[in-house]
Amino acid sequence: MLSIKNLQARIEEKQILKGINLDIKAGEVHAIMGPNGSGKSTLASVLAGRPEYEVTDGSVEFLGKDLLELSPEERAGEGIFLAFQYPVEIPGLTTTNFIKTAVNEVRKYRGQEPYDAVQFLKLMREKMAMVEINQSLLSRSLNEGFSGGEKKRNEIFQMAMLEPKLAILDETDSGLDIDAIRIVANGVNKLRSKDNAVLVVTHYQRLLDYIVPDFVHVLYNGRIVKSGTKELALELEERGYDFIKNEVGQEA
Amino acid sequence: MKPEEVYQPEIQEVDDSMSAIHDTVNSEYKYGFVSDLEADEAPKGLDESTVRFISAKKNEPGWMLEWRLKAFRQWQKMEEPHWANLHYPKINYQDIIYYSAPKQKVNPKSLDEIDPELRRTFEKLGISLDEQKRLSGVAVDAVIDSVSIATTFKEQLAEKGIIFCSISEAIQNHPDLVREYLSSVVPVTDNYFAALNSAVFSDGSFVYIPKGVRCPMELSTYFRINAENTGQFERTLIIADEGAYVSYLEGCTAPMRDENQLHAAVVELVALDNAEIKYSTVQNWYPGDKEGNGGIYNFVTKRGICRGYKSKISWTQVETGSAITWKYPSVILKGDHSIGEFYSVAVTNNYQQADTGTKMQHLGKNTRSRIVSKGISAGFSQNSYRGLVHVGKNANGARNFSQCDSLLLGDKCGAHTFPYIEVKNNTAVVEHEATTSKIGEDQIFYCNQRGIDTETAVALIINGFAKEVMNQLPMEFAVEAQKLLAISLEGSVG
Repeated sequence: MLSIKNLQARIEEKQILKGINLDIKAGEVHAIMGPNGSGKSTLASVLAGRPEYEVTDGSVEFLGKDLLELSPEERAGEGIFLAFQYPVEIPGLTTTNFIKTAVNEVRKYRGQEPYDAVQFLKLMREKMAMVEINQSLLSRSLNEGFSGGEKKRNEIFQMAMLEPKLAILDETDSGLDIDAIRIVANGVNKLRSKDNAVLVVTHYQRLLDYIVPDFVHVLYNGRIVKSGTKELALELEERGYDFIKNEVGQEA
Repeated sequence: MKPEEVYQPEIQEVDDSMSAIHDTVNSEYKYGFVSDLEADEAPKGLDESTVRFISAKKNEPGWMLEWRLKAFRQWQKMEEPHWANLHYPKINYQDIIYYSAPKQKVNPKSLDEIDPELRRTFEKLGISLDEQKRLSGVAVDAVIDSVSIATTFKEQLAEKGIIFCSISEAIQNHPDLVREYLSSVVPVTDNYFAALNSAVFSDGSFVYIPKGVRCPMELSTYFRINAENTGQFERTLIIADEGAYVSYLEGCTAPMRDENQLHAAVVELVALDNAEIKYSTVQNWYPGDKEGNGGIYNFVTKRGICRGYKSKISWTQVETGSAITWKYPSVILKGDHSIGEFYSVAVTNNYQQADTGTKMQHLGKNTRSRIVSKGISAGFSQNSYRGLVHVGKNANGARNFSQCDSLLLGDKCGAHTFPYIEVKNNTAVVEHEATTSKIGEDQIFYCNQRGIDTETAVALIINGFAKEVMNQLPMEFAVEAQKLLAISLEGSVG
């Protein structure tokens, strides 16, 4: 589904990604872990096409297309979804309205008819139940005055509505208490299928107790320095990132 | 402004108008066409003979001519004001045609006799003068250059005692009302442009709602400048007698020309005891091109007086057009417990300049006013809010709340706020809040990531920003106004 080769990227003059290689197949869940500043969020942003980042080398192929050639909205149309670490607020724009616009823009990109009000409402009810979000939140201005947990739950709700092929969760657990993490993770798990894939970017192991990954990769200093299964995450939890730093340091 | 179409009522459903926004964002100013109309014009320039010429054309009574001449003589002694945050070349008042009327073969007695070319002009603007075709129950007075062409639904309104006609007709047919109220709110010498308007105004609308009558339909005037080198000087007078209610809409467009054209209107509103007037404007005069050439100079004096107990006047404006806007719709709160409101969205793009706001003058006891101003600036434009809240010494218990928000698109435009507060009564409560924000790259990227392109994202963000004001507009105007905002800001981000 996704094939990243030697991906290098920088912001302003600072090189952050220094050659990422990663393959993700349909049905898989991958976790990217790493200490602060290792480039985890940058990787998520580059895949989504955030304009501040400049790709300096490498390639990314997504479902047979050159992802780096596509605009952020085209990537969304192709099925890439990024759950933001810091979802933005748009005053005066209701969440429902925003999502309806997004769903219909994506449908338009895929050559599908837009949903009318009845179809949209039906889809919304179904997904609301799935991710345990209530109507009153969706009638409010997008993310304005939402608690941290509400914002993240709203991200997962949008993910459910847009039914992406590849969902990238950027530190979705940050700032959440354990109950909120459980609700968010449940939502993600319900959306897992053999046709889609999830890339979980996280600093802590605890989210992976709920969203169990098939593969875990450790990102350090702009490179994936270690890959393994979910046991690697537990090892990191136990020993901390220092052991990775030491290992990498020894190799160098 | 296409009132003959049936719009869906949900103003919040911005997304349903989005496909329309897509169709129109890439279009230029779409009302920029010129109609080929033979015109009856006054010679260029302004002196006493011009004033007499206009008065004679209108076959006005002597008192009206005297009133105009008095205004003209005062105007000659006055100087153009330059306190506003506006910069433009000197206006040559001798280089303007002050009267231009499309020649009609016959003087139309009914709507059927209107010149087909004029009818087509308004059809192209989306204004149907055919009463049968109109579904939404909006009566229209159509004004082109210096004269009113037609007023629809006159007979139906007359059954309730409502007078809705051109001001020229009112001067002929209802002289007592005109003499009593004309210049009772905006004195002839109020300001330079009001004096000029008083001397040379050529048409406009007149509304009288009798005691206890609730006007059953929206009344509207559509102003169109067509002829070259002309100025448009219209005069509108609306009177709501005791317990009456009226909602009035005003729209306007002009052809695209390289020269600037002057528009100096005066609007006066009078609300008596328990009467309410709601006045909405969607101002879409030609704003000039991307380099700042051409466009309308819009110098307008709008003022209402709440003369009686519990009178209410509410101004709502969506200002997207004009090269220069100088406009401060105001309310004099004379009656006890009277209410004044001002809701404004002003958009400036390219080289447009707007200096707009309101004055709320609290004179009566327990008077209340509310000001909500939303300024959106893009390109190289300058957008200023200028407002005065005045509380007189007898205005016990007066209350005002003002909210002035500015939204910037890009880093070459300016937003300015000039709030003036004068309080002479210590029981008054005056509150002022102001914010300035920029459309963030983060907001745009967030929308992009959800599959929404940048133009649509900007439309969503500005419509969200302006929502509180848009919600005040009558339904027929609201969706159209939302589209207009998006079109005005076309290409300003991304």
